[in-house]
Amino acid sequence: MIPLSAYIAVSAVLFVTGLLGVLIRRNFIIVLMSVEIMLNAANINLIAFSHYLESMAGQLVALFIIAIAAGEAAVGLAIIIVVFRGKISTNVDEMNVLKW
Amino acid sequence: MTDLLIKLIPLFPILAVILNGLVGRRYSHELAHRLAWGSVGLSFLCTIGVFADILRTGTPHEVIVYQWIFGGELTINFAYLVDSLTCIMLLVVTGVGLLIHIYSVGYMHGESGFTRFFTYMNLFMVSMLLLVMGNNYLVLFIGWEGVGLCSYLLIGYYYDKVSAAKAASKAFVVNRIGDAGFLLAIFLIIVNFKTLDYTNVFAQVGQLSPEMATAIALCLLVGAVGKSAQLPLYTWLPDAMEGPTPVSALIHAATMVTAGVYMIVRNHAIFDLSPTAMTIVGIIGGLTALFAATIGLVQTDIKRVLAYSTVSQLGYMFLGCGIGAYTAAIFHLVTHAFFKALLFLTAGSVIHALSGEQDIRKMGGLNTKIPWTYRLFLIGTVAIAGIPPLAGFWSKDEILAHAFTHHHYLLYSMAAIGALLTSFYMFRLTYLTFYGTSRMDHHTEAHVHESPMVMIAPLMALGVLSILGGFLGFPPEHGWFHQFLAPVSGTGGEHEVSTGLMLMLMMIATGIALLGWGLAHYFYSANLSAPDRLAAQFHAGYRILLNKYYVDELYDLLWVEPTKKLGLLLDWFDRTVIDGLVRIVARLAGLIAAGSTWAEKHIIYGGINVVGYGNHLAARQWRQLQSGMVHHYAAIIVAGLFLLAFIIQLFMQL
Repeated sequence: MIPLSAYIAVSAVLFVTGLLGVLIRRNFIIVLMSVEIMLNAANINLIAFSHYLESMAGQLVALFIIAIAAGEAAVGLAIIIVVFRGKISTNVDEMNVLKW
Repeated sequence: MTDLLIKLIPLFPILAVILNGLVGRRYSHELAHRLAWGSVGLSFLCTIGVFADILRTGTPHEVIVYQWIFGGELTINFAYLVDSLTCIMLLVVTGVGLLIHIYSVGYMHGESGFTRFFTYMNLFMVSMLLLVMGNNYLVLFIGWEGVGLCSYLLIGYYYDKVSAAKAASKAFVVNRIGDAGFLLAIFLIIVNFKTLDYTNVFAQVGQLSPEMATAIALCLLVGAVGKSAQLPLYTWLPDAMEGPTPVSALIHAATMVTAGVYMIVRNHAIFDLSPTAMTIVGIIGGLTALFAATIGLVQTDIKRVLAYSTVSQLGYMFLGCGIGAYTAAIFHLVTHAFFKALLFLTAGSVIHALSGEQDIRKMGGLNTKIPWTYRLFLIGTVAIAGIPPLAGFWSKDEILAHAFTHHHYLLYSMAAIGALLTSFYMFRLTYLTFYGTSRMDHHTEAHVHESPMVMIAPLMALGVLSILGGFLGFPPEHGWFHQFLAPVSGTGGEHEVSTGLMLMLMMIATGIALLGWGLAHYFYSANLSAPDRLAAQFHAGYRILLNKYYVDELYDLLWVEPTKKLGLLLDWFDRTVIDGLVRIVARLAGLIAAGSTWAEKHIIYGGINVVGYGNHLAARQWRQLQSGMVHHYAAIIVAGLFLLAFIIQLFMQL
């Protein structure tokens, strides 16, 4: 029996990896992938607790998150393509017009 | 039923006042005068109803309209008291008032301000009705002031005439002096009796100390003297003749000026307690009767002669009050209302016929030109002169006889001489106006015309009353009038006087009246140069009489001029000292305002600008935060998340 803390630890490592990816990397596609990693960290957490608490609700929510992640990836990639067409770049730092 | 009628009596005229006063402009003069005399007529009908009831039952009615002032131990109701005295007054006021209203329709025809005239007249009727109907001193006082106001308004009816405006203010100011005395009397009554209701006051009147009774009676007397134009406050009444003639007849002869007599008779319980006050009332009355009659001898304005005769006749009423002949005083009041209204209105008819001429030196020979006016004027003259069996004889003789039988010989002789003079100047007036050769200018003479029926008809009614009115009090001291009034004014004749003495006094009175007539006939008909000779012979005396004993000049010197000077002084004080203070304050306020304006501009606006500019600068700095870099936003979100987690943990630990 693997203890709950192990799951949480894995989840936390994954989450921080994703977070650092979002904050540090400049490539738009990698940022999007890092967001996917963070979502999956949350999924691991949910399923672990679901199992531990013997409740199906967590797993159900995880399924929803997977579905949303798929949608998000689709929309995100579409945005990236549109932006790329205009800028010929996937560097996040160049997309800085959203300000005062 | 009777209570309702009593409440209705003053209601009709006040409705007419409201209608004519507020919307009278919008409809025709015909409707306005119909409303005016119609309302008085309805009041008269109600009065007859009330009178019939009182005559049958003999019990006074007290009707409370509403509780007016209450609190502490003082309660004053707006209430009416209708007893036999009020009844008589009501009949006179509404009856003579109605006739004069009808007469005015003809007399005032074509005048500008026709509706205004009738509004004031009706307002006067309301006030006069309140005056005689009130069951306490305060309602009496409302009426008292109301009639004074209407008198002022109507004397000043031709307000664009300076003399009329001046006469109006004079009447108002002189009346104020009397009103001040009356107010003092009311205060004294409140202090002594804690009530103002007649019935309560007269029930407790026995507790009054003689000094207090004298004080109250004298204060009341001051009020009565002012209103009834007695010495020394009579000067306003002759000047009041500036008003239209119906006003002189209604207000300044028949009703308002008799309010003082009514008030004294109403309060006779208080006067009876004070022989001093009674003596003063009698002496004032006697002196006034004589004094005014002497002035009347030489006046040349037809209305002024009548005005002085009114003052003189009011003097008789006061004299009657002063010797305790209250019933006789009221009797004379009633007959005087008849014949003096008749005289004034016929004088008005003469003036009307002569296109506004009032000077009797420019009249003469009118008896054939305006026969009805002449006949009615003659009836009035005979009535006032005291020739039996017309009204004036019975009432005047009763006062004279009462004075004689109660041993007031001085007052009797004053009154007798006054009666001689009255007879003389009234017949003088008749001779100068209606007999002899015409002294009119041709233009006026060509236009002489008899007055229309609407004026003559009320005069005929008054003429009949002047002839027959005296029989109300026949036989003297035991007539219907005396029995009717006995519950209020007491029986004056506890002295049983022999019939022989009474007859002798009557003969003397008649003789005096006839002597006056004879003298007038001698001077102004038989021997036309005699008056001028006499005037030349007694030049000084004639001048004094012609100038009314210089009383107006004396008052001017004593009171009016010093008051004006005081006014000018106060005006100066006001302009320099008080206005100076005001100006200093204004200047200071201006300076302070300028200072605060400066402070606001430079300090408060400055502060506000600093705050605004600071915000501006801060905003410039803060907006750097929104860089547009997605990473920065993400980093801020994470930092915020950590902060939130930290705060939640902090709270969880607590």
